[in-house]
Amino acid sequence: MTAFMRLEHRQYAHCESGVVTALLRDRGLDLSEPMVFGIAGGLTFAYLPFIKITNMPIVAYRMFPGAIIKGVAKNLCVQFETRRYSDQGKALAELCALVDAGQCVGLQTSVYWLPYFPPEMRFQFNAHNLIVYGREGEEFLVSDPVFEQSVRIRAEDLQNARFARGTLAPKGLLYYPVRVNPEIDRTVAIRKAIGRTVRMMLYAPLPFIGIKGIHCMARRIEGLKGGDSRYARLYLGHIVRMQEEIGTGGGGFRFMYAAFLQEASRLLGSAPLEEASRMMTQVGDRWRLFALACARVCKGKTVDFDAGEIAGLLRQCAAQEKLVYTFLKSVKL
Amino acid sequence: MKISEVPQDAIKTMHGLKKALYAVDDRGEYMRTTTRGWETEEIVLTQVIDDFKVKAAAAAARVRRGETSPIEYFMNKKWMDPRTLAQAMGLFRWQVKRHFKTAVFKKLDGQTLTGYARLFGVSVERLTHFSGED
Repeated sequence: MTAFMRLEHRQYAHCESGVVTALLRDRGLDLSEPMVFGIAGGLTFAYLPFIKITNMPIVAYRMFPGAIIKGVAKNLCVQFETRRYSDQGKALAELCALVDAGQCVGLQTSVYWLPYFPPEMRFQFNAHNLIVYGREGEEFLVSDPVFEQSVRIRAEDLQNARFARGTLAPKGLLYYPVRVNPEIDRTVAIRKAIGRTVRMMLYAPLPFIGIKGIHCMARRIEGLKGGDSRYARLYLGHIVRMQEEIGTGGGGFRFMYAAFLQEASRLLGSAPLEEASRMMTQVGDRWRLFALACARVCKGKTVDFDAGEIAGLLRQCAAQEKLVYTFLKSVKL
Repeated sequence: MKISEVPQDAIKTMHGLKKALYAVDDRGEYMRTTTRGWETEEIVLTQVIDDFKVKAAAAAARVRRGETSPIEYFMNKKWMDPRTLAQAMGLFRWQVKRHFKTAVFKKLDGQTLTGYARLFGVSVERLTHFSGED
């Protein structure tokens, strides 16, 4: 039972990009979290009214869980070893063997089963990522990127969290990078990643993805007019909860992407990217205004609210965000 | 958002914890910084929790009147709806809804009860003997 304390814990804004950043850093590829997020093409907007979680549509401001691992693997030529399990005993045995050998591993878990989370956050959300970097007795040493300090978890709780059932069930998912090239040319990856994000946000052929998706959600909000006001309030609260998801600062990952654009502008020596970063920061601020307006509606229990005004604020987000992508499209990187 | 504008509302739902995020300093440089939470997120989080509390209280009252089983109460207490509960249990939604019926609940086998109890974080005893005290 040896504990390997070699992983230095750092707090990151978001679980998946944080875990991937930390794992890469451990293997000698030292990138910032926004850089990992941007290169993996983590930014998106998706409004999926036909997939429900607790009776509410899915509203995503970033790509689906697992996309950052895949994106990094593809764009930075990192090879990940990934394993899923049907046998829980085997999953535990292999995790022990790996950490005892000094390997830091990423795990997909359900926050519902993680005792160190504040009770108010322990919903049935199955796609939380964390790093296990050692064990002591019956406890695993965990570097959870959204926490300030490293934590510990009992093997039993970790097993429950790894084998929670439901949407996005982790099925014991364990991953770690096996081949990393610390000398990889980031500039190529950055150019490609920005291009892909711009194309998706502007031209995704589906009406609920990208800028079109934001307008789609705005129409739905207008449709709340005259309906059940209790439901309408819960609906707006739900949208903001998705936007305020850990570490986005209320800007639905727009600030993280702006940080990526700024770093990219320095690496590529491109002044327009710096400008795009400033524009994206304003977009994040605009999303915060929208969140603030929604929260006011949620709080006011008696007075009726103006759904048209909320939808209008959302359309402003869409318009301003569209400007950034069309500008990025015109820039020669 | 500037670092100076990052909300530090010390919201209750975060229990004094800090979250990391990215914001710009006075020169416009992005930095990683921390927040003690934003009132907005507390409002929307409390809203959904309160909604479940109302539903749990209503379910408890129905348990007292013998109109539903403890499953419905604990489901709401643990912030789940029938779909989420069914998925977490590996059941169909109609099965979960059927388990809301008191007559069906009384006849549930030990394995299913243990599964529910484990998910709700209570003992089987507590689950089967719950009589609606909220």
